[in-house]
Amino acid sequence: MITLVTLPPSGPGCTISNAVASDAKVSGLCSAPGSLSIPVEYRSIAPLLILGIAALVVLGLSATLPKRRYPGLWAGLTFAAGLGTAVDGVVQWVNLNTAANTNITVGGQVLYDHFSAFFAILFGCATALGALMSDGYLGREGLDGPEPYVLMLLCSAGGVLMAEAAGLITLFLGLEVLSISLYTMTAYHRRRAASGEAGLKYFILGSFSSALFIYGAALVYGATGSTQYYEIFRFLTSTAIAHNGILLAGMAFLIAGLGFKVAAVPFHFWTPDVYQGAPTPFVGYMAAVAKAAGFAGLLRVLMLALPTEVANWRPAIWVLATASVLVGSVLALAQSDLKRLLAYSSISQVGYVLIGLQAGTQAGWSAASFYLFTYTFMVLGTFAVVGVIQGRGEVRNDLGALRGLAGRSPWLAASMLVLLLAQAGVPLTSGFLGKWVVISAVIGKGQYGLALIGMLGAAIAAFIYLRLALLMYMPAVTAAGVRAAEAGVRAAPGGQGVAGGPGEAEEGAEDLEAMATAGLAARGAVVALRAPSSARLRVPTATAAVLAVCVAFTVFAGVSSPVLSLAHSIGLTWAP
Amino acid sequence: MSFPILDVIVFLPLGAALAIALLPRQEPATMAKWLALSAGAVEFAFALWMVIAFKTGDAHAGFQFTTKGSWFGDLGISWYLGVDGISLFLVAITALLFPIAMATKPVPDAHTPRAYLAWMLLLESACMATFLSLDAFLFFIAFEITLVPGYFVILGGDAPRRGYAATKFFLFTFAGSAFLFVGILATYLLVSAHLPTGTTGSFDIVTLARGAMRLPLADQELLLLSFGVAFAVKMPLVPFHTWMPDAYTQAPTGGSMVLAGTLFKLGAYGILRWGIFLFPRAAVDLAPLALTLAAVGIIWGSVVAAVQRDLKRLVAYGSVAGVGFIVVGLFGFTVQGITGGIIEMVNHGLSTGGLFLLVGMVWERRRTYRFNELGGLQTVAPVLGWVFMAVLLSAAGLPGLNGFVGELLVLIGTFITHRWWAVVATSGALLGAIYLLWAYQRVFHGPAKAVNAGVRDMTWAERAAIAPLLGGMIFIGVYPQPLLVRVQPAVDHLIAHIEYADPSLKIPASGVGHGTFAVPPDQVVDTPAAPVPSAASPTGAASATGASATGRAK
Repeated sequence: MITLVTLPPSGPGCTISNAVASDAKVSGLCSAPGSLSIPVEYRSIAPLLILGIAALVVLGLSATLPKRRYPGLWAGLTFAAGLGTAVDGVVQWVNLNTAANTNITVGGQVLYDHFSAFFAILFGCATALGALMSDGYLGREGLDGPEPYVLMLLCSAGGVLMAEAAGLITLFLGLEVLSISLYTMTAYHRRRAASGEAGLKYFILGSFSSALFIYGAALVYGATGSTQYYEIFRFLTSTAIAHNGILLAGMAFLIAGLGFKVAAVPFHFWTPDVYQGAPTPFVGYMAAVAKAAGFAGLLRVLMLALPTEVANWRPAIWVLATASVLVGSVLALAQSDLKRLLAYSSISQVGYVLIGLQAGTQAGWSAASFYLFTYTFMVLGTFAVVGVIQGRGEVRNDLGALRGLAGRSPWLAASMLVLLLAQAGVPLTSGFLGKWVVISAVIGKGQYGLALIGMLGAAIAAFIYLRLALLMYMPAVTAAGVRAAEAGVRAAPGGQGVAGGPGEAEEGAEDLEAMATAGLAARGAVVALRAPSSARLRVPTATAAVLAVCVAFTVFAGVSSPVLSLAHSIGLTWAP
Repeated sequence: MSFPILDVIVFLPLGAALAIALLPRQEPATMAKWLALSAGAVEFAFALWMVIAFKTGDAHAGFQFTTKGSWFGDLGISWYLGVDGISLFLVAITALLFPIAMATKPVPDAHTPRAYLAWMLLLESACMATFLSLDAFLFFIAFEITLVPGYFVILGGDAPRRGYAATKFFLFTFAGSAFLFVGILATYLLVSAHLPTGTTGSFDIVTLARGAMRLPLADQELLLLSFGVAFAVKMPLVPFHTWMPDAYTQAPTGGSMVLAGTLFKLGAYGILRWGIFLFPRAAVDLAPLALTLAAVGIIWGSVVAAVQRDLKRLVAYGSVAGVGFIVVGLFGFTVQGITGGIIEMVNHGLSTGGLFLLVGMVWERRRTYRFNELGGLQTVAPVLGWVFMAVLLSAAGLPGLNGFVGELLVLIGTFITHRWWAVVATSGALLGAIYLLWAYQRVFHGPAKAVNAGVRDMTWAERAAIAPLLGGMIFIGVYPQPLLVRVQPAVDHLIAHIEYADPSLKIPASGVGHGTFAVPPDQVVDTPAAPVPSAASPTGAASATGASATGRAK
């Protein structure tokens, strides 16, 4: 619950005009003539400050320190900043629990509540883990430098701003900071053409979606006379609008603009290309942060500014949710590129958050927040594994790269297995609990159809994850085996009577392979599956740590309740 | 606080699985096997102790050895375990089958990989948790988690199409569980809405059962159907069974044993504990549907089994027929029928588990399941032949062995209330004898072909493996009393619950099997004076009224 008690005015003659009693439309600015002082409660924007200042520190240090003198410095600083943000989020949370706090601060532009603290923790964790993951990757690719870390920190700052924005304009500021950093990060791999192409695609479509968003904000402003959530809410509750066409159009544009960021169907077309082209650890980071930030914005807008229009946006979200779950799962079946496949799988995961949002209740938004939080760790861990197995220069992004992983590196395979099962929603993982609370929220609203579609979509998606698991536990292909296959010296399919000779083993492998490639159209994909995987896997220590944290969290959040209780105490309504 | 035996039963295999997974690599493979087998043996000892310590008598019809702890308290979820007459012997049979299954080799002439053993132990742990959980959330978790180890156990062998079979198994059951998932949540939320204000909802079975009974009948039926789909896929009942022959035949011997012997009992047990018990009125209403599917399954499974050319597929299809018998018993709604159904579950574990074990022995010797390549094994391997015959007769329901006790009770019990389905099911018993004996004839009789002439007889290790199953079959066949006294109070309790929920249903207590099985008068829950008008009277009850002339109305 967000209370509107304001801070005492800091300067003489200055009153903050966002109090309930005030009539001023544009809130936040000091109403005293000639005064430009805005009282800032720093603890409410501390996560933002930590991330922003850390970005500047990294930039400054990189300009003064000699190049390549301190390997791991930038990643370390970013990690520390991320950790600091997360810790600060926890401090905020505790602080909000104990004191009766103001919830609208910094000139009415920032909401300081459990929701923003929760997302500060999320972005902090994602930044810390993302930095650790990137270190090994950038070193391997010969791309190390301070720039990606600066971008990562700025991107997280944008995310934090989106989560704590109190109005559409602040939300847009956060959105742009986040997006522009991500465009650059996507195109960061200089020597891969795919990376530049993906960056350009993301930039063009992203700018388009930003334009949609800002147009939506303008329309909402036109309909309600404000861009501040509270003002919009107050206007809509106190006024009966005869013709709400403009408002609805504005709402639709806002949903579309944020829908682009979270990659909900039908705004998902950029996702596979961008995920395929962008540097792998950045993809993991992007999947976690961009989605969380987009949803933070969407939840704020729909629950705080437009709760009166719930009857109008729920059907729209229903369509987005079912389309995301089904299209994401089904299209993932046909992918032969690992990162593309995970892109479609992330689209289907978005569907579940949307299902939670669709409920439009306390249970719904806390379920959606929980889902996002746990998904952050799942997706970061998954891309950490992909980053390791793809090899230098991202040469192996096909599904075949996973083949025989269990034999080469049992622990890597086991971690990946846990993360895949979590994404499939198998019990005792956070993924299951996330689906449980999300579905329970919509069933609470009597939406059995949506619940069933969601769960059947999960069953389709389970096939994708099982295919990956199967590949990992298949025997690895040896170079000799490939040569034999190419020369056509394959044993004829073993007759039933032939006592378990090489023919039968071969047949077994063939069946596993047929399963793993079922539905893949391209012949090339099947051929690629036969290519031998690189013999040795080097897992950087930092990446191993990320993986351990992600797996541990995924299991921990799946079998115990602290994270869930945290999400459950998030309030997203105005105090009466 | 007494010794938390149920927690131990659930966590012991889990701990053993972790120990095996963390065993240093340089340890020899036999070490893992001994660890797994001894964990299985200790588990069985605990289960046996539980069976012996289980209190009998009508005063103890409820759950025993219960443990309850908080778990996700915000959501009304608790860690709640308990055992009653319905689950008691399923736990025992699980504990018996797993060590034997782990003793078999997934790939002949190779060491058992430790991953396979770890997955088996995990599977055992999940099965135990499914049978013992009294919290719907915990039940669902355990029910669903069985898929993961089940998947890897099927993959563990060397059958040519195991990848296909394992994936099919996982996906079919996972899709079925989607309905269960929604059903459990819907039940919880609907029941919570009916609770008195001030009380929070709970997933525990007693709260759910109390509330679910009061829901509108149409809601109850939809909920029961959603539960039923998941359980029907798992069992598998006929239209949902297509994953089963693949999974059973492609799994290694031990995998088939536990899949058929234990895993599919989860479905049958689920429909009894979480279907009939939660929604008794809807169950009575929908009984004709369930009985029809089951009867079709019996006939269809038997006929399809008879025409198989492959011994393992024959046993697999035979188990579809076995499932039919269990469901026919459960949906008869008489003490005899349900007791028979529960005993059939145990029997099916023993006989089908035993058959798969023996089929695995044939495979190890001949590397084929095909009838036209087998034949004449009796002369070269007489002990194998006789043991096979004994297990087969138990599956066919020969008096003096376990199968007879279960089938008789099922048929008697269902005949009282649902006459024609019982008649159809009886013909299944005949068909069962036909396909089983015909299979025996093709595998063991006749002159041994040249390739079969060198087949060796059962080794002592193999005899030791099959001996506990044979012992169980004979014990239940000649002296079922220890089972009946433990099962019956719980069943009486269940019947009373059904009658209370659906007053229009009169279940005749004295029919064919009065005496031991009659519902004792003090169990009768007060029947409202005015019965529900016949408009609401379900089909099942209507067919019951004919037989109720001799009913308990005193």
